[in-house]
Amino acid sequence: MTDASARSAQQPGSVLDRKPDLSAKRVKRRYAAEARFRAIGLGAILAAMAVLATLVSTIVSQGLPAFTQYDLDLPVYLDPTEIDADNLNAANYQALVRRSLYERFPEVTQRREKRKLAGLISSGADIIVKSYVESHPDRIGTTQILSIPAADDIDTYLKGQMTDILEFTPQAELSPTGVSGDVQLLASGDVFAAILADTKILLEVESSRLMDNARREQLGIDSYRAEIKTLQVQLEDALGARRETIEDRISALDAQANRRVLTAAQLNEKAANLSEVARSTGGSVDLTDEMPSIFLEVNGGLVKANRVSSQLVEGTVIHPLTSAAPAAGGEWKILELTTPESNRRVKDREAAWLHILKSDNIIESRFATVMFTSGDSREPELAGIWGAVVGSFLTLFITLSLSFPVGVLAAIYLEEFAPQNRLTDLIEVNINNLAAVPSIVFGLLGLAMFLNFFGLPRSAPLVGGMVLALMTLPTIIIATRAALKAVPPSIREAALGIGASKVQVITHHVLPLAMPGVLTGTIIGMAQALGETAPLLMIGMVAFIVDIPGGFTDPATVLPVQIYIWADSPERAFVAKTSAAIMVLLTFLVMMNALAVLLRRRFERRW
Amino acid sequence: MSIAENIAKNAEGRTAPAGTRVKMHTKDVSVHYGEKQALFDVNLDIPEHQVTALIGPSGCGKSTYLRCLNRMNDVIDIARVSGTIELDGNNIYDPKVDVVEVRARIGMVFQKPNPFPKSIYDNIAYGPRIHGIAHTKAEMDEIVEVSLQRAGLWGEVKDRLAEPGTGLSGGQQQRLCIARAIAVSPEVILMDEPCSALDPIATARIEELIDEIKTKYSIVIVTHSMQQAARVSQRTAFFHLGILVEEGDTEQIFTNPRDERTQDYITGRFG
Repeated sequence: MTDASARSAQQPGSVLDRKPDLSAKRVKRRYAAEARFRAIGLGAILAAMAVLATLVSTIVSQGLPAFTQYDLDLPVYLDPTEIDADNLNAANYQALVRRSLYERFPEVTQRREKRKLAGLISSGADIIVKSYVESHPDRIGTTQILSIPAADDIDTYLKGQMTDILEFTPQAELSPTGVSGDVQLLASGDVFAAILADTKILLEVESSRLMDNARREQLGIDSYRAEIKTLQVQLEDALGARRETIEDRISALDAQANRRVLTAAQLNEKAANLSEVARSTGGSVDLTDEMPSIFLEVNGGLVKANRVSSQLVEGTVIHPLTSAAPAAGGEWKILELTTPESNRRVKDREAAWLHILKSDNIIESRFATVMFTSGDSREPELAGIWGAVVGSFLTLFITLSLSFPVGVLAAIYLEEFAPQNRLTDLIEVNINNLAAVPSIVFGLLGLAMFLNFFGLPRSAPLVGGMVLALMTLPTIIIATRAALKAVPPSIREAALGIGASKVQVITHHVLPLAMPGVLTGTIIGMAQALGETAPLLMIGMVAFIVDIPGGFTDPATVLPVQIYIWADSPERAFVAKTSAAIMVLLTFLVMMNALAVLLRRRFERRW
Repeated sequence: MSIAENIAKNAEGRTAPAGTRVKMHTKDVSVHYGEKQALFDVNLDIPEHQVTALIGPSGCGKSTYLRCLNRMNDVIDIARVSGTIELDGNNIYDPKVDVVEVRARIGMVFQKPNPFPKSIYDNIAYGPRIHGIAHTKAEMDEIVEVSLQRAGLWGEVKDRLAEPGTGLSGGQQQRLCIARAIAVSPEVILMDEPCSALDPIATARIEELIDEIKTKYSIVIVTHSMQQAARVSQRTAFFHLGILVEEGDTEQIFTNPRDERTQDYITGRFG
């Protein structure tokens, strides 16, 4: 017995006799700590879910428009003089569709305008007509209504992503002075007063902007003058050539300053004029293309407003009216496109045509099957992800069939058969290191070995799959080893005791029990491989590939690469398509994980 | 009655009948785990159709010796077995001998019941399947039924052969493991403290079982319970610190041990 225990054994009330401290203060502190711990955990989960919700809602809201596509259901006359039944490839199908548009708007005669009208439809319209003619050759000579996709800017406009379109139906009567050309439309009440007031506000805004610019000019002038002063001081001490240099500089600055004085004056004058008009009551205002576009739809025609006062609109007829008779209240409309023409790609004339076509019920919104049936294209309305989906599928198939058997068998060898020596330690360290190598290095390896040395075809899923397999191998090996280690030795001993050979023990007992862990590692590796772009860069899969790959050696691209290429493209319509492609990729990942959970549950055995 | 006297009473009449054949012959068996030696020159004969008990305090080497008999120490990398171990006169450590055959002829039941995570039927059927014993489903069914009957489990599980083996109680699981060992028709069954994880009723059941099946198999049982050794075995071997101290008929060991260390162990002075 030590001294301490001897001492406490003798004295009552010693440390050894003390009971646990169950005071309320301690208990409260403990509860508070536990509550804090739980709150932190819950907070972390909520924060993660909030971020996830933000991500998903952003992507979905941006990507949903890409799943619909606007078509024009145009009546196309399949002219037998144009289409030769024996040589369907030679006909100019695009011209046939254009003809349909020209016939609808016969007042469009100028070349430039006709080109704009033809630009309402996609440049891929001819393919659609051709495939229709090929499958219905008996319809040559008739007029058929065909669904022609709208051009990408038109599609964006129709989806409301380019401008808001406001409609007003005033209750006053409107009297036009003509049916074409420049006309005046007089209303029986102050129906345009609101537009007038809004326009005046815009003028005021523009005026103050001009005055700001004038002020900035003034600052520039002041700085020039200051510099001239310092140079003049220097001039007094300077001699010879230096004198000349300084004098030249002074005169240059002087000229610039004078120019800017003029500019400032002009700006101020303009600002004053605008302000005067803006502050006046009544009167009329010119509508420029930096202001929202105003149209009047009356008597079956469309007039673009050029000048507005509270009761009168002066404008140009874009689509002829059927008559100049006054239209009663409720039978005509004011249309306002809130984004000014100069900020839009779809100009007023095209907007007007589209409005007419919409009231003809020619414009229809449909599910964008092109997204899931065609490969990439320069034209957004013809671009789809099917090529990338097939490419991803083929590539991942190769990756799985190479990395799964090799990885699992390598892990089994290292875990069960390899002797414990320096060499196996080295291999183990290297496998763990490989898992941390930047993925682009695998791409370089693929380029050097598969493309240059073995001479395999570029951009093929075969090579891409092999590169990704190299990348996924360490993940699968490490996960499999961990799963094998987790199988209890009692199972192995039982199997050995029965007289199973080592291989039988592994294949009949250990591997099935390790399967859930192996599958988890495999799915993680596959999901990583699905989202990779860098290693595929070097082997040529980051490229613009139009055709759907037919086999493992055809050029192909993969989903994440497609997303990257589309994200890089300037066309507005690709923004929605990029988000839509991201949604498809995420769906695939979720499906793969669901499959993993399913497979694990099937293989799960309780021991 | 003291414990020792109780044990001695149990051991009464436990002798090996005259003219028993030697099933396994071990001579100068030593086992090294790396640098450390765990068994020192053990000479022991296992008689046929008898129960031989290996007793001794913890860490005396009895389990190590047992695992030598079916080459289970091969699995341990640092273990080195030297000496001669013969089954029916054939050296089982001969390089030409297939270890799978050895383990098929010498079965093992472990301390903690370890049925495979398969159905009861598949647990029993696994051994015959990999050794090619049954050729048809009917033959396999017969083997399963007979094995379970011999293990005394058939009545309890005959209606639920498809259920997982891990769903049985501890005692049933151990009997399942015994049935599994029986299914491949071994000649020797090694049991490493088979009842240490079980309650007394299950233990009694298994001891009864051992007594029934000894007529068909030769059994070697490691036990830390002297009462069990006295109840169940005909021959007993006492191990201490890696040395085989004494071996002989069970009655003689427990009533009249020759060595002082044996006497001390039996009377409970240590261990």
